[in-house]
Amino acid sequence: MDADAPFLRFWAAFRENRIALVALAVIVAIALLAVLAPLIAPQDPYDLGRLVLSDARRPPGHVGSGGYVHWLGTDAQGRDLFSAILYGLRISVLIGVAAGIVAFVIGATMGATAAFAGGRSEMLIMRFVDLQLSLPAILLALVLAAVLGQGRLQMIAALVAAQYAYFARTAHGAAATERAKDYVEAALSTPLPARTVLFRHILPNCLPPLIVVATVQVANAIALEATLSFLGVGLPVTEPSLGMLIANGFQYLLSGRYWISIYPGVALIILIVAINLVGDQVRDQLNPRLKR
Amino acid sequence: MTGAAGPPFIAVTSVSKHFDPQLSLGERIAGALGGAVETRAVRAVQDVSLQLARGEVLGLVGESGCGKSTLGRMIAGILPPTTGSVTIDGAPVMSGGRHPRKRTTRVQMIFQDPYASLDPRMRIGDALAEGPVAHRLSARADAAAYVAAWLRKVGLDPDAAQRYPHQFSGGQRQRIAIARALAMRPDVLVCDEPVASLDVSIQAQVLNLFLELRRALSLTMVFISHHLGVVRHVSDRVAIMYLGGIVEIGPAASIYDDPQHPYTRALLASVPQLALQGDVVATFTPIAGELPSPLAPPPGCPFHQRCPLAEPRCRDQVPEMRPVGPQHAAACHVLQPG
Repeated sequence: MDADAPFLRFWAAFRENRIALVALAVIVAIALLAVLAPLIAPQDPYDLGRLVLSDARRPPGHVGSGGYVHWLGTDAQGRDLFSAILYGLRISVLIGVAAGIVAFVIGATMGATAAFAGGRSEMLIMRFVDLQLSLPAILLALVLAAVLGQGRLQMIAALVAAQYAYFARTAHGAAATERAKDYVEAALSTPLPARTVLFRHILPNCLPPLIVVATVQVANAIALEATLSFLGVGLPVTEPSLGMLIANGFQYLLSGRYWISIYPGVALIILIVAINLVGDQVRDQLNPRLKR
Repeated sequence: MTGAAGPPFIAVTSVSKHFDPQLSLGERIAGALGGAVETRAVRAVQDVSLQLARGEVLGLVGESGCGKSTLGRMIAGILPPTTGSVTIDGAPVMSGGRHPRKRTTRVQMIFQDPYASLDPRMRIGDALAEGPVAHRLSARADAAAYVAAWLRKVGLDPDAAQRYPHQFSGGQRQRIAIARALAMRPDVLVCDEPVASLDVSIQAQVLNLFLELRRALSLTMVFISHHLGVVRHVSDRVAIMYLGGIVEIGPAASIYDDPQHPYTRALLASVPQLALQGDVVATFTPIAGELPSPLAPPPGCPFHQRCPLAEPRCRDQVPEMRPVGPQHAAACHVLQPG
């Protein structure tokens, strides 16, 4: 790759913001922890046979019957919270990123196609998107999660349905701007097939605003999934995501056993804040009006 | 080269282009309720007919807004005409039907702004190979060599293929745009103000490149410009456009040395000259008045409101194109006795 490739130029500018760099490091660290959870975690929180009830609700620092220290304490079933959080992050990140990618692909294709086609199809698609944007995302996701039932794929489907509209809106605006540019006219007058012009020329040039939306929406998807799980319509109990860990500890919050809810909450906040910080920096760099 | 016998290579037959206003739902409701909503179509080009012989270069001149770019885009197959047809060698440039599409690669276009007409995210090599590979003018495996050959022909280093558009100057980019158009092996090139956005020092180089390539590849060209000097330099024949129509057409020498239509005369007189007459900079005469709105073209001769020679009949009779010399025609009542 030569030094002038767009990505390398982007990275050179990104490196200058220390906070965003730290946030990116945190995201990478969390992603690594999540991926390597089975190797790092002292306990497999899904293996109900290994849970010991006498270890339940122990405060941070307690040395349990397994002979290792529960650094973040244990929950009501005697699960090591550090292990549970690692496995919870794994599910939260997986679902958030998967939902973000699927919503990106569906939304961007819809919005860009609408802008490119114009006329009646554009009006139909975009009015539908507007209609959906006027409903709160949480309401839609809640209804869908309740209707579709519990499970990872159902959860991803509910999140995608609640979020693709943001990508469609953004892609539509960007593609409508690109559509009017000479290079699109040049490609059409070659002539190249409409499909080629849309996917090889227009969409790649719509990427900057879409990437910004994507970072925000991945963070939103993770928060939304945690909310749904907290409310009990999310993932099944056998797959404890961060939201469910928070919900499980909620009833003990006022009885002094704060750690069961607080630590999963802190992990969730760190993850979402880090993603948003990186997203802010990406947005600043890609916004031509803020160019130095 | 002018006026070769036989059927015309390019035939533009009474084409018009009207742009309907794009009304939003709200505007349509307001219009239905009697609000002041503009519903008239812009008549960008009105009933234009033209013929070009193979190998000929036609200059298309006029003020901004006269419809010369729209006419060029219809010849290049980018805009479908509202009525009329454009054919090259007897074959229509665009398909018919409700969604007309360009069907031929024989006509290619060069745009005014070389900064906007190249995809900023695509390497030059990919941008140049795309069309020829899609239309099987070059195999994908040979595309790099094919692109390199065309880059050399427009005077660029083949290494340019690895780089992005922002790494080039305006003149270099216009060379790249020319290479991209020519790599499609067209017979016809429509150039819309191809040097207008370039530095004066670069303009001559790019113009000479056009002339060289035209000779080497025996191209037929439509060269659109508002710059009279540039057009004279490259054209065999020149057509003067005013408010969507052609008012005078003829060999470049006759148009420049013996203009007939009052508009052409006014246009030539309005060019600022830097030549000194004694110690005084030669004055020039700007054309009186503004270009009328193409939403509501005046009745009769479109130029009568600004014409110094206007007669009563100019106000209500549309003048027709009539010969005023060898291969030279103009649309003006005053030139015709009666």
